[in-house]
Amino acid sequence: MSLDEYTRREFKQVGTRVRRPDGVDKVTGRAMYGADATAPGMLTGRILRCPHAHARIKSIDVSAALALKGVKAVITGDDFAVPEDDFIRDVQENCMARGKALYDGHAVAAVAATDAAAAKAALKAIKIDYEVLPHVTDVDEAMKPGAPVVQAGRVQENVPKGYSENVTAHFEFGHGDMEAGFAKADKIIERSFKTAATHQGYIEPHACLASVTSDGKADLWCCTQGQFYVRTLCSSIMGMEASQLRVTASEIGGGFGGKTTVFIEPVALMLSKKAGRPVKIVMSRDEVFRATGPTVSSSSDVKIGMTKDGRITAGEATLRYQGGAFPCGTTEFGCSAAFAAYDLEAVRTYGWSVLTNRPKEAAYRAPGAPMAVYAVESVVDELCLELGLDPLETRLKNAARKGTKSSYGPTFPDIGLVATLEAAKAHPHYKAPLKPGQGRGLSCGFWFNFGGNTCVSLNVNTDGTVGITEGNPDIGGSRASISLMAAEELGIPYERIRTIVADTSSLGYNDVTDGSRVTFAVGLATIKAARDAIKKMSARAAKIWGIDPEAVEWKDGAAVPAGPNAGKFPPMSLAEIAAVSAETGGPIAGHYEVNADGAGVSFGVHLCDVEVDRETGATKVLRYTVFQDAGKAVHPDYVEGQMQGGAVQGIGWALNEEYIYGPDGRLQNPTFLDYRVPVASDLPMIETVILEIPNPGHPYGVRGVGETGIVPPLAALSNAVSHATGVRMTELPMSPPRVLKAIGGT
Amino acid sequence: MVKVLLWGSLRQATDGLTEVEIEATNFKQLLDRLGEAYPGLQPQIKRGVSMSLNGVIYREAWFTEIPPDSEVVLMPYMTGG
Repeated sequence: MSLDEYTRREFKQVGTRVRRPDGVDKVTGRAMYGADATAPGMLTGRILRCPHAHARIKSIDVSAALALKGVKAVITGDDFAVPEDDFIRDVQENCMARGKALYDGHAVAAVAATDAAAAKAALKAIKIDYEVLPHVTDVDEAMKPGAPVVQAGRVQENVPKGYSENVTAHFEFGHGDMEAGFAKADKIIERSFKTAATHQGYIEPHACLASVTSDGKADLWCCTQGQFYVRTLCSSIMGMEASQLRVTASEIGGGFGGKTTVFIEPVALMLSKKAGRPVKIVMSRDEVFRATGPTVSSSSDVKIGMTKDGRITAGEATLRYQGGAFPCGTTEFGCSAAFAAYDLEAVRTYGWSVLTNRPKEAAYRAPGAPMAVYAVESVVDELCLELGLDPLETRLKNAARKGTKSSYGPTFPDIGLVATLEAAKAHPHYKAPLKPGQGRGLSCGFWFNFGGNTCVSLNVNTDGTVGITEGNPDIGGSRASISLMAAEELGIPYERIRTIVADTSSLGYNDVTDGSRVTFAVGLATIKAARDAIKKMSARAAKIWGIDPEAVEWKDGAAVPAGPNAGKFPPMSLAEIAAVSAETGGPIAGHYEVNADGAGVSFGVHLCDVEVDRETGATKVLRYTVFQDAGKAVHPDYVEGQMQGGAVQGIGWALNEEYIYGPDGRLQNPTFLDYRVPVASDLPMIETVILEIPNPGHPYGVRGVGETGIVPPLAALSNAVSHATGVRMTELPMSPPRVLKAIGGT
Repeated sequence: MVKVLLWGSLRQATDGLTEVEIEATNFKQLLDRLGEAYPGLQPQIKRGVSMSLNGVIYREAWFTEIPPDSEVVLMPYMTGG
């Protein structure tokens, strides 16, 4: 396809801060989340989870559970057919173990009963004979020859000989002569880093209601980032035709990438199929932590050379990511993102994907990038400190810009990194004085963004209002942004448009809400659907006027004659055309379907000030400013919210959040009490500065903004804490005990 | 002929080359002929690849035209969160 190129225009509605359409429902409790779904005759589903890090399932006896009053169905892995496709098989086996349980919390059986008490009793009555196997949860340990093998036979052809079978993939990116690059350096620093696995921390746990009928049709209501993808996965796992499974997405209480796959939905469908009644499953928080998808944990080595005047001569990074018990899919993006902010003659990244006895990783905002950029930006900061250079000027000197050959291969088109750095340099925050014991940190960040499969219908109602049907759950304000773009294009007030998220039977396929794609791709499709409707409305006006359709143009929400030769007719508004649509040819609707490309990469820069309590090791964030290129901020409140949310999640990742495993391989902190996410009282107001460097691949210049914001905080915080303490921090999270140990406290 | 830049770890399938020349006018032809010329690339192509064309990333659009003298870079299949 040809890209839908940006054309400069003066916006009338895009860029305004209109009222969000979901606000009242959410603050009054009316909004329907996953757990709110009900159906007549509904059963309660519960899942039994393995208490061992790694165990062979020798036998499962469900007879006692089935004999209990109120128990209507019990299933195990054997109830599912083995999918032929490796990927689908992994998804299915992550939902329900077959033969071996691969991590603490891995589902091994499930029940459906008339109430929660009966379901709980049934879980207790299931007898499983386990053979406990050796386990491994640390990425470096898992790579060693002789480490317990999590799954055999998963090694890709790109892995050199001599590694454990847990090493499933190897990547290398980069260009240039590394030896010559390092030879030009006046200073070379090599450091090793570790980051913990963190969870997306969405407040709403996974929940679904499945109803399978005896004639093979099924309905599924669930909280998800992608109802169409849920349909693809579940219909494949259940052996159903996609047309027979309708999936409806609920309102969503946070996803951040973690709701881009399925965990409980196939289980609920299978229980419903077996019981012949609807089955609802709602995960507990313990289950969310133990059995959904956190991000990878990492171990990495970075080596960077720099001249005395701050030119980076070469950069090399080796990244080792563990993605849990199934092959990891983010290492390559860490490798690609690590040095993306820099214009380098010599750069190389090496990546290793590793299996461990942990839950299967799921995407988490810019998957794979934060931990890679953390390591690189920490070394860049240390080089600046050692050479007495300004860290922002040094980044400007080395910044990637239009024409730079990126570290992952392509030559950058128009990008906004330099403008973002300049904005940070000009901001009062950068020069604000610091007190003793305080430190300031800076980091760049990068994410790719993409477009993807998108389908939009825009219906012109006879009263002059407009309904938009789109297929992506609204996790970041997309309904408001989509309505705004339609209002801009149609020339009618935002308030006259309502955008809804359709189920899978009501619209063509839409990719998952991920990759920061929705405002870009669904926005693009909405603009095109609006233009399609405008074309049809102009044709209706032409009929009424008795002139050629080409002699009509659309201006300020109305059809008007295109010029003096077209005739003299008063403008016909959208409402006037819609009111007579039955008489002029029937309903009017615009449609657009596309697999959108040209999303445009995104850069951000974060600045933060911290103070470290040397007695307790606790870090307080004093000030935090985010600078990010949004291309065009369609609804600035939501853009700022994305930037603030990314920063806050990154602050949690940097300072406190971590999956802690005991020697037995079991997760020690599966609650929000022990897994410490930052709350409002921990944080200063996150200041935001939106840059608008138009994306040439979108009619309004939009770039995705959902993911880049989580990339810089890890290094920004680490650099700030390092400056505050005088000790280079190399492991996340920088929790109080770890900081105390690093600075020599007790 | 289109010059295609590959990421480094693919060179074991291309006799050590990270840049190869392929006769192709669109993305699908490129993938088909890469797989034919270098069978060792087929597992990765099957797992998924994206293409950067003159700096713009195309995730899967088979019939994206590749004009002469374009910069073409093979990339892992794009995902996100």
